[in-house]
Amino acid sequence: MNVIEKILAAHSTTTLVKPGQIIEVELDYVMANDATTCLAIDIFKEQLQAERVFDSERVILVMDHYTPSSSIDAADSHNKMRAFAKEQGLRFVYDGIGVCHQLMMEYHVRPGQLIIGADSHTCTYGALGALATGMGSTDIAVAWQEGRSWMKVPEAVRIAVTGEWPAHVQAKDLILKIIGDLTAEGAAYKALCFTGPAIRALSISERMTVTNMAIEAGAKFAYIQPDAGTDIYLNQAGRPEYTVFDDDEDAEYQRTCEYDVSTLAPQIAYPHSVDNVGDISSFAGVPINEFFLGACTNGRYEDLEAAAAILKGRKIADNVRLLVTPASRDIYLQAMASGLITTFIDSGAMIGTPGCSACFGGSGGILGKGEKLLTTANRNFRARVGSPDSEIYLASPAVVAASALTGTITDPRRTR
Amino acid sequence: MIQGKVIKFGKNVDTDQIIGAHHLTLPTIPAMAGYAFENHDNFINNFDRGDIIVGKENFGCGSSREQAPAVLKHRGVAAVVATGFARIFYRNAINMGLRLIVCPDAGEIKELDILRIEKDHLVNLTTKQQYRIDPLPPFISQILDHGGIVAYLQGKRSFSESICS
Repeated sequence: MNVIEKILAAHSTTTLVKPGQIIEVELDYVMANDATTCLAIDIFKEQLQAERVFDSERVILVMDHYTPSSSIDAADSHNKMRAFAKEQGLRFVYDGIGVCHQLMMEYHVRPGQLIIGADSHTCTYGALGALATGMGSTDIAVAWQEGRSWMKVPEAVRIAVTGEWPAHVQAKDLILKIIGDLTAEGAAYKALCFTGPAIRALSISERMTVTNMAIEAGAKFAYIQPDAGTDIYLNQAGRPEYTVFDDDEDAEYQRTCEYDVSTLAPQIAYPHSVDNVGDISSFAGVPINEFFLGACTNGRYEDLEAAAAILKGRKIADNVRLLVTPASRDIYLQAMASGLITTFIDSGAMIGTPGCSACFGGSGGILGKGEKLLTTANRNFRARVGSPDSEIYLASPAVVAASALTGTITDPRRTR
Repeated sequence: MIQGKVIKFGKNVDTDQIIGAHHLTLPTIPAMAGYAFENHDNFINNFDRGDIIVGKENFGCGSSREQAPAVLKHRGVAAVVATGFARIFYRNAINMGLRLIVCPDAGEIKELDILRIEKDHLVNLTTKQQYRIDPLPPFISQILDHGGIVAYLQGKRSFSESICS
């Protein structure tokens, strides 16, 4: 079996699984956030007529999409979540301190685990060698009750990445390039396994950018084999004990796609689909109204650091906005302590509360008619962040920072 | 048998199109349902209860929001026909008993065509064409026949029993 099949088998009652097989699985965590929890609560109580969740330490709730409560409806749904959490005695409830996936990675995820979340970017946790996938509120409600779910064993596709990373070319550029090649449905129902020296050279933070966006090609899971870097991250996070699975000798993959980052240029995904991807040279000079640095894709310390290195001592262009939102409170504190936040504020940026922020359109940073946003987020769907007549371009932190200085899409390799 | 007129979309219809993020905090699905496809004139102007939505590849991609199939079901969408579905949307729709049809030739169907859904094929009453349907896996079919996963699981001890039976 390949490593995906081995982790699934370890969570099922069968010792051998194969692609296409439908199996029942035991879940390590069931995560839900404020965009999906209230519907799950209704289904849990009214349809399932359930009373208690299966484990108050393995059901995790996060308020991040509409925090601080951005409307009366949002406030009411947050209160409904808090009441449910209290009634169920949930141990882990995060209220306005970061994006759900960032918090899961900082506090919970271990290699070899199987996790579902009521959020499509749950596949991020593959950066630590866990299998994780997004599901809807009904599946989540059933899993709250049962601690289990059903899954179809996916075929696995290997993405083998070699080469030396050029300056100002980042993990975001690689995953945008891959999604452009695979298309938005190219990995549908599959597990994407990222491997090779150029992946191993990435920090856990950068690996998360890669695994986060696997869903944008339709993938069910993303996976990166744990290594020494994973071990250091987990030890620092206070989670030194975990199980690592690996491919058997006869492991099968549906196919292998090869990439060399040495020749990779910064990439842009242009409106309104994530697989509309091209080299930055095709978009240089496109005027932008708002810039966003953040999200579960690119709101980590290293992302902020890469952007701050470009912004330090400079001012963003006249008549544009730059919104910087750390992905979690811990990242925020670290960025304050090292002076990054001061750099951003001095450059003219606004600082957002840790959470989904302008990635989701549920709290600040909404676009008006005809406006353009250049963002480190993961989706450029029409009307995702405000007006249906706005446009969203996706890029790396370095591209967003370099472009905020000029007010137009700018190649960070040309910024002195 | 389902028969209705077609409301046609292209490829990669994402769940943000079906129901925008700023409506998800509304307290109930009926409260959200009026905003389904709010930026798509064909749906707003042409859709009537019992109509059939037709898309192309990767219908329902993007967010895991179950509110997307839920608002379509509440509005009375009889079925969604597409070349292919994104996996979370597919699972969510099946879980609530919204009929999904995988049809490799869905791209040939046009806005306002009248479509009839038979057991193993589609009939386009406007063009007189017939299209093959990809059958659902038996486990998925059984969930749909019960009207969703909740009803399906009633009386069963576990998924294993369901999957194996």
